[in-house]
Amino acid sequence: MTTTVENPDTTTPTTEAGTEADVRTIGHGPYRLSPEQLEEFGRELDEIRQRVVADLGQADADYIRGIVKAQRAFEGAGRALFYLPPAWPLAVGALSVSKILDNMEIGHNVMHGQYDWMGDPGLNSRMYEWDTVCPSEQWKYSHNYIHHTYTNILGKDRDIGYGILRMDEDQAWKPYYLGNPVYAFLLMTFFQWGVLLHDLEVENIVAGKRSWKDTKHLHRGMIRKVRSQTLKDYLLFPALTGPLFPLTLAGNATANLIRNIWTFNIIFCGHFPAGVESFSIDETEEETQGGWYYRQLLGSANITGSKLFHVLTGNLSHQIEHHLFPDIPARRYPEIAPEVQALCEKYGLDYNTGSLRQQLGSVAAKIFRLALPPRESRQKLASVTPLRFLNRSAATTDRTADAGAGSVAV
Amino acid sequence: MSLTQSLLRSPVVAALTAPHGVDRYLELANPMWVVHDVKAQVVAITRETRAGEPVATLTLKPSRGWKGHESGQYVQVGVEVDGARRTRCFSVSSPESGPGDLITLTVRANPEGQVSKHLVREARVGDVINLSQAEGDFTLPNPLPSQVLLISGGSGITPVMSHLRTLLRRGYGGRITFVHYAQSPDHQIYAEELAELPPHVKVHLLHPDSGTDAFYSTEELARILPEHAEVDTWACGPAGLIEKVQETYDENPRLRVEYFKTSSLQPLEGVEGRTRFADADLESENTGVTLLEQAEALGLTPEYGCRMGICFSCVSRKSEGTVRNVRTGEESSQPDEDVRICVSAPVGDCVVDL
Repeated sequence: MTTTVENPDTTTPTTEAGTEADVRTIGHGPYRLSPEQLEEFGRELDEIRQRVVADLGQADADYIRGIVKAQRAFEGAGRALFYLPPAWPLAVGALSVSKILDNMEIGHNVMHGQYDWMGDPGLNSRMYEWDTVCPSEQWKYSHNYIHHTYTNILGKDRDIGYGILRMDEDQAWKPYYLGNPVYAFLLMTFFQWGVLLHDLEVENIVAGKRSWKDTKHLHRGMIRKVRSQTLKDYLLFPALTGPLFPLTLAGNATANLIRNIWTFNIIFCGHFPAGVESFSIDETEEETQGGWYYRQLLGSANITGSKLFHVLTGNLSHQIEHHLFPDIPARRYPEIAPEVQALCEKYGLDYNTGSLRQQLGSVAAKIFRLALPPRESRQKLASVTPLRFLNRSAATTDRTADAGAGSVAV
Repeated sequence: MSLTQSLLRSPVVAALTAPHGVDRYLELANPMWVVHDVKAQVVAITRETRAGEPVATLTLKPSRGWKGHESGQYVQVGVEVDGARRTRCFSVSSPESGPGDLITLTVRANPEGQVSKHLVREARVGDVINLSQAEGDFTLPNPLPSQVLLISGGSGITPVMSHLRTLLRRGYGGRITFVHYAQSPDHQIYAEELAELPPHVKVHLLHPDSGTDAFYSTEELARILPEHAEVDTWACGPAGLIEKVQETYDENPRLRVEYFKTSSLQPLEGVEGRTRFADADLESENTGVTLLEQAEALGLTPEYGCRMGICFSCVSRKSEGTVRNVRTGEESSQPDEDVRICVSAPVGDCVVDL
């Protein structure tokens, strides 16, 4: 697998440090941090991280094993209940919960290496395979590497719209995007298949930027995984229930569908509600660690909810904490969230959080709004200033103090 | 193999339990039910010595996947300490085994070793530990030679004891010379068993602390067994002892040796030492940069992704030495651990499986 990403052509900035670039933002938001502040912000986050890492131990191991046990129990119960036709909805429910736990609190987090320190081959990022059609190896490339490194950088983070949708104002509008809500609905329904095809970069093949041959290394893994996933859900387990074959098949398909809808919605609430920032390639050149944290923070959004809700989202309801610290066991996110939020207050940064209903509504509104061409009045002031100028220019500090609402006095 | 076993290992069960595999389900019910992995239950623990760091023999009942071992082989033992599995190698001390047989490990609680300390001090009858299949080629040949010399020091006695026990159980009639170095009679492992061996086994227990000149030397060995150069010899013990034995034998193929897998590497301050990339058989002087950068400077192309420690694309096995996480400053010295080479810089000598 190649693991380098070609640097797309970067446009030459029109401003020079020390001139009109003094008034600048990172991203499009109203927030401004000086290089010193960014560094301090990064240092404070590093401290949180180190404290949690130093504290990892038996409780974290017990937790993830408990979740694995629960997932297997739901799976067993679901498969067994298909033998009792009146319990069909219960069977579907149990199997759905099993698949959601498998994909989110276990699969997603284990494959981030959150539990690699345990040295348990069953919970190791290099060996884990999950209950969905996308091979873990390919997902780790597009998700752990591409998405988590280049979060919300237009043109680099392929999770923005998954190559299908228009999810950001800066994606140029085309008539094709009139179908945005329809594509979103289809992506939600067939989400596991969308994730499977993600690595193929079909949109780039259509656009002629990538040839079918470039994807050859992916085919075998995809075929193998699709075969094993469909074999068990759509043939073997239904066959084992004999005359109930069609009911079991429908039940398994429904469980997969419920999982698809749930994961799609949780994931879209993580990066696309109103207020989430996107970034340009230019802005993020020569980004510092503090700048990277800043981008992760402003590029993510949380969802509030109960403890059970957080578990069922794989703690991706704490998307902000996850993006700041993708390798920390997810059960720690709720515990550090208040500290991250306090830091945001200190630095005058927005901590994007809301109820599931709010965030879903916001995402849906965006899907519909961006289906239409931008109105002049809606167009954002594109103040695109590379972070590297920010890092180099101490003069920024003076202006940030004057920048008004949302900024932090130095 | 029983019907249940065959069924559990069948492709149909593999397909039904995909992608996790049947062991990930069985182990939740009872870790000893696994059919592909190997686990072992502790069925007895006996104390072996009266002095020094405590030594215990653990009798283990391996799970159904155990394929048996040849005498002289070792297993990797994994135990959990604070939620993290630590794995170390130990020679099997019991005679050769087959599936279903009990095996024994004799372990000294090394003060620096989390696994050995755990096995000797914390393990209880009934505990289940992780095991690998047997590995290693410090084994007996087939057919057996007419005479055998076994040399060991300290807890290096375990694989040669496995040889001795195997030979006796097979009814081997040739002459066996057994030379062992222990600090004192109170440090002697298997003292009772060694006192009751049949006459064709000549046992020489040497205790340097007892005042006599009992350290290993070529002359000492020549006194014990003048024709040693013509005798098939197995030697196991600390590096110092083995080096001396090797000098005596000078490339003689009759000598087979096994070292303790103790790390001789000392963590050093600053950027001294050498980094060894074991698979590529390349070495470089530490320059203070990360393992990934050092590997690339040598022309290697390990897999990587973010180069900032978040995506885990570059995780590789570090088999020896200490690394420092360049982002957090954390140091870790566990042998055989997975590290992210993009953010790990070696501290002193270091060996990576790349």
